[in-house]
Amino acid sequence: MTVYTPPGRTGSIVEFRSRYDHWIGGEYVPPASGEYFENPTPVTGQTFCEVARGNAEDIERALDAAHGAAPAWGRTSVTERANVLNAIADRIEANLEKIAVAESWENGKAVRETLGADIPLAVDHFRYFAGAIRAQEGSISEIDGDTIAYHFHEPLGVVGQIIPWNFPILMATWKLAPALAAGNAVVLKPAEQTPASILYLMDIIGDLLPPGVVNVVNGFGAEAGKPLASSSRIRKIAFTGETTTGRLIMQYASANIIPVTLELGGKSPNVFFSDVAAAHDDFYDKALEGFTMFAFNQGEVCTCPSRALIQSDIYDQFVGDALKRTEAAIQGNPLDTETMVGAQASNDQLEKILSYIDIGQAEGAKILTGGARADLGGDLSGGYYVQPTVFEGKNSMRIFQEEIFGPVVSVTDFADYDDAIKTANDTLYGLGAGVWTRNGTTAYRAGRDIEAGRIWTNCYHAYPAAAAFGGYKGSGVGRENHKMMLDHYQQTKNLLVSYSGVRDGFF
Amino acid sequence: MIDDDGSERPARVAVTDAAAELLARLRRRHGDLMFHQSGGCCDGSSPMCYPAGDFLTSDADVHLGDLSLSDDGEEFVVPVWMSRAQFEYWSHTHLTIDVVPGRGAGFSVEAPEGVRFLIRSRLLTDAELATLGPARG
Repeated sequence: MTVYTPPGRTGSIVEFRSRYDHWIGGEYVPPASGEYFENPTPVTGQTFCEVARGNAEDIERALDAAHGAAPAWGRTSVTERANVLNAIADRIEANLEKIAVAESWENGKAVRETLGADIPLAVDHFRYFAGAIRAQEGSISEIDGDTIAYHFHEPLGVVGQIIPWNFPILMATWKLAPALAAGNAVVLKPAEQTPASILYLMDIIGDLLPPGVVNVVNGFGAEAGKPLASSSRIRKIAFTGETTTGRLIMQYASANIIPVTLELGGKSPNVFFSDVAAAHDDFYDKALEGFTMFAFNQGEVCTCPSRALIQSDIYDQFVGDALKRTEAAIQGNPLDTETMVGAQASNDQLEKILSYIDIGQAEGAKILTGGARADLGGDLSGGYYVQPTVFEGKNSMRIFQEEIFGPVVSVTDFADYDDAIKTANDTLYGLGAGVWTRNGTTAYRAGRDIEAGRIWTNCYHAYPAAAAFGGYKGSGVGRENHKMMLDHYQQTKNLLVSYSGVRDGFF
Repeated sequence: MIDDDGSERPARVAVTDAAAELLARLRRRHGDLMFHQSGGCCDGSSPMCYPAGDFLTSDADVHLGDLSLSDDGEEFVVPVWMSRAQFEYWSHTHLTIDVVPGRGAGFSVEAPEGVRFLIRSRLLTDAELATLGPARG
């Protein structure tokens, strides 16, 4: 067990700058307006640094730097680019503990997650795309004996990326690694709730990249995000967030006729069939952990398994055991490696979660455990903590239909297979789902019948780089992870070549 | 909300005094405003406030109502929209737009003020539901 010293106190392994400017052209550049905003830690609610408040002028400056760097970066060999990505991965790995503590402090998530998931996954992601770009090949089509179609991959050029706050470094990595591997230059806007983590990372890896290849502009969505998303100087925009902003970004992209990739969240069903409880063995234990995954990252995950659907004949027993497992989750200081559930990322998140706990009760759902803000005492009293909460209700209720983005799961039962699939698919979204069964046929059929992009089968919340991730229905457009992600950052160049010396005969 | 025939009828949306005061201030800076209720992850499930017309609504949206407000005696309205598909699941609830301290992402115009609009919900009564009928598109 380790309890890390909070950044800013003597003995901490993390030292944040007191003020972060924009990272443009390989150096820190003060904001055009001269203004900064305060950055509080959700662990205690206290401000720990201030961050440049970007505007359209800063975005233009970053785009200038990116356009300056893109042509040369796009021409480097894939070997060179892969070497850079591998060097980034090595550098992150060598500083993993520091980066994990820094991200935990800014986001509020338990450090056991940043140490064991977020940062190791980011390391692996850079390595995966270093390998993928080395192995990527173009193609040829032999049209006829004298005519060949060659297909080359070319970078798009300069791309915009807007990053969410729930995994500040991993979500930035999901977007950066394929974009850089493919030879693009990037202007990246972090979320205003977590603006410092990525700059803490740039302090560690920034020297490995040619100046201008990655540029980071912080600020508010309306002031910095909008000028980036609506700029005619980007060739693609990638966004992770919610549906209204997603639509707005598509709208801006339509004006510039550029592609978008969007990951907009979900209301993921976690389906437990009867045979899960056929024995009280390791598999049953794993399934109970799978249920409790709703509290992973305090529920601030787009794929949070926030609807648990449990077959009627095991409902009472399974829910009883699942409640015990939920109540055993340790909530506390995010910098303590024993802590499983940390703080929500911001005060407005906390307020939103509490407002959903209110409407859930008003709609007649029953709280089986939790259901309130948690006061952890001492310095942590000012932080944003919510008790892991289990509701029992019906799938038509708003708590079953809307993404709460907190440690809240809504539980209901189903009679048979058809009922399970109908309920699982009764949602506007289709990002993730979980299927738990000992029967391979049921697992396969349910996985194919549920309308979602990722079906965790007898597992949940695993995010390996080689598995495609993205949404059906309202959950978005495009995929992240997997080598197919390179396509989202590349143009196809076709050279249609005739080796014939004979005229066509039309004229 | 006053209906076309002048009769009072219940509304689907309302606003707290604090949110109304903030909207008046934001309007001085950004001009007329609109809300679109968001769904999905991160800052979703929250009302997004934009300069009027910035977000293009369509047949895929429902106009829940207009917030009738005033600023120093000058009357103005802020329309509130939601996607039609989402409304299917929300139609039985009454929504009050409130504001809390916070740091919302997204392009909503209040975020730089260090505050965030928030929806507070209650169930519509049977009488309200009977009078309201389906929301107008």
